Amino acid sequence: MACIDAKGLRKTYGRTVALDGVDLTVEAGRIVGLVGPNGAGKSTTMGAILGLTRCEGELKVLGHDPWAQRDRLMEEVSFIADVAVLPRWMKVAQALDYVEGVHPRFDRAKAEMFLARTTVRRGARIRELSKGMVAQLHLALIMAIDARLLVLDEPTLGLDLLFRKSFYDSLLNDYFDGNRTILVSTHQVEEIQHILTDVVFLDRGKVVLALKMEDLERRYAEVAVRPEALAAARALGPIYERQGFDRSLLIFETDERTRLASFGEVRTPSLSDLFVALMSPAPARAEEAA
Amino acid sequence: MSAASETAPAPRRVRPFYWSVRRELWENRAVYLAPLAVAAVALAGFLFASHGLAQELRVAMGQASGTVHDTFSMMTERNGARVTTTLSPSRTAGFAIVIPYAATSFAVLVTTTLVGIFYALGALYGERRDRTVLFWKSLPVSDTTTVLSKAVIPLIVLPLVAIAVALAAQLLMLAWSFAVVSLAGMDPSELLPRTHIAAISTITVYGFATLAIWWAPIAGWLLLVSAWAKRMTVLWAVAPPAALSLFEFLAFRTDHLWRLITTRLHGGDNAFQAPPSGPHFDIDRLLPDPLRFVSDPGVWGGLVFFAACLAACVWLRRRRDPI
Repeated sequence: MACIDAKGLRKTYGRTVALDGVDLTVEAGRIVGLVGPNGAGKSTTMGAILGLTRCEGELKVLGHDPWAQRDRLMEEVSFIADVAVLPRWMKVAQALDYVEGVHPRFDRAKAEMFLARTTVRRGARIRELSKGMVAQLHLALIMAIDARLLVLDEPTLGLDLLFRKSFYDSLLNDYFDGNRTILVSTHQVEEIQHILTDVVFLDRGKVVLALKMEDLERRYAEVAVRPEALAAARALGPIYERQGFDRSLLIFETDERTRLASFGEVRTPSLSDLFVALMSPAPARAEEAA
Repeated sequence: MSAASETAPAPRRVRPFYWSVRRELWENRAVYLAPLAVAAVALAGFLFASHGLAQELRVAMGQASGTVHDTFSMMTERNGARVTTTLSPSRTAGFAIVIPYAATSFAVLVTTTLVGIFYALGALYGERRDRTVLFWKSLPVSDTTTVLSKAVIPLIVLPLVAIAVALAAQLLMLAWSFAVVSLAGMDPSELLPRTHIAAISTITVYGFATLAIWWAPIAGWLLLVSAWAKRMTVLWAVAPPAALSLFEFLAFRTDHLWRLITTRLHGGDNAFQAPPSGPHFDIDRLLPDPLRFVSDPGVWGGLVFFAACLAACVWLRRRRDPI
């Protein structure tokens, strides 16, 4: 059974189409990055998966209909919707007490252990903590919950680089164990590329690309084309072209790397470059490629 | 089943409702701090004037004539000249003895009522405004549990706090009075009936409880507004009923809705026996009449309206996005 199984998700707000037939399958044990520009429908997709938003289409999360069976689903699903949503009036100790009091799968000792590694004081009110410390507290609470699916919507937005890095490091080292599934959306694709097993690009309410990371290498190649080979390389129809330091960087959707090697050095494009390649308006791409 | 759920310890028993109510009290400390503060002020004022207590008791017992405490003469003049002239010195002194107890109950009731109004108007609005609703909704606490935990604050918690605080303050006043009177060489048992403490505490307990039930539909309406409004909750609370009343008045030349609202706001006297008419208000004759209260269809209609408001709150909390 897939952890998340969505077919033809549609959601409109008035005349605005937020989701325009999203199909998405996430197997258990994967770490999936949901990537897209602002307004692509990432948050709406996550809201649908969490039973916060009602959508048309078919959707099963851990075998449940998230809208109809939300209360049950929330025992097995955790999420961080935004960095700053912990209540500012609450004390750290109260947050621990409360989650322990309402969540059957919360392990208090674990949360205390994670917190002990930070500088978050138990007696402090959340309003007194820095944004990074609030994120650490939230992560400690979430990681102490034995959930099967964790959904993170821009969990590190506005945090500095050190906090962002340690956030994903602890997620990978202390939480993920191959049985859990993580769905994460972020703008900083390059920072989470190394922890992802899958990536889904979303644009204007549609899935543009759903890819296993091991397939990235097989399907896409980036070539640093020598100036004299540029015309020949362009003839092969790259999906994107940009100017490097002294080479043109062309991205191809192909598995014939040996043939591309004659134009210059071949490597696997980074997710952010691939993202830009696929998200750039189609006319510009065609123009550049022409 | 996956390996994760096999190795996981059995889920603990949890008490979402209990912890949700505690959560409300953590966030809204005014629920108990405001009545405590008012009771403390009342106690301080009482202590300040307590040196005159023995003299007041002597006057009330007819053992001394002369001036009674200033506090009282001020009170009676406000109540109108007629009252002042009809009261004998012993009676006015008796009134001065009873006033602190009655005023404390009244002040605590007004305070908890105000706290309740502001609480209910913010209960389901604040969490959307500061987006914490996304945190609350990430935990396995149903919308029904959440709404109920917020509804019990004005319906049950605030009345209980009001009763407890008022009775505790009155008990302290009584203990202090006994000490002052005894030190003056008088018999404290002369004081006790003149405080009318039995009647006042009965009215406090029974009156606060019935008033909470009578006002439940108001709490329900305010909670509904807090679940609905995107801004200006006070306006949403007041404007629609006022506008409908105005419409009814101009369209049908009737004022049923307006009277329904004002009767509800005023309220509370349907829980007591109708007092006999006379020049004096006698607190000992304000007697609880539970039968009159439970046979008032307005009480039951109000509770039905309250339940409907809560159901609407649950529905709205499910669907309303953060503001």
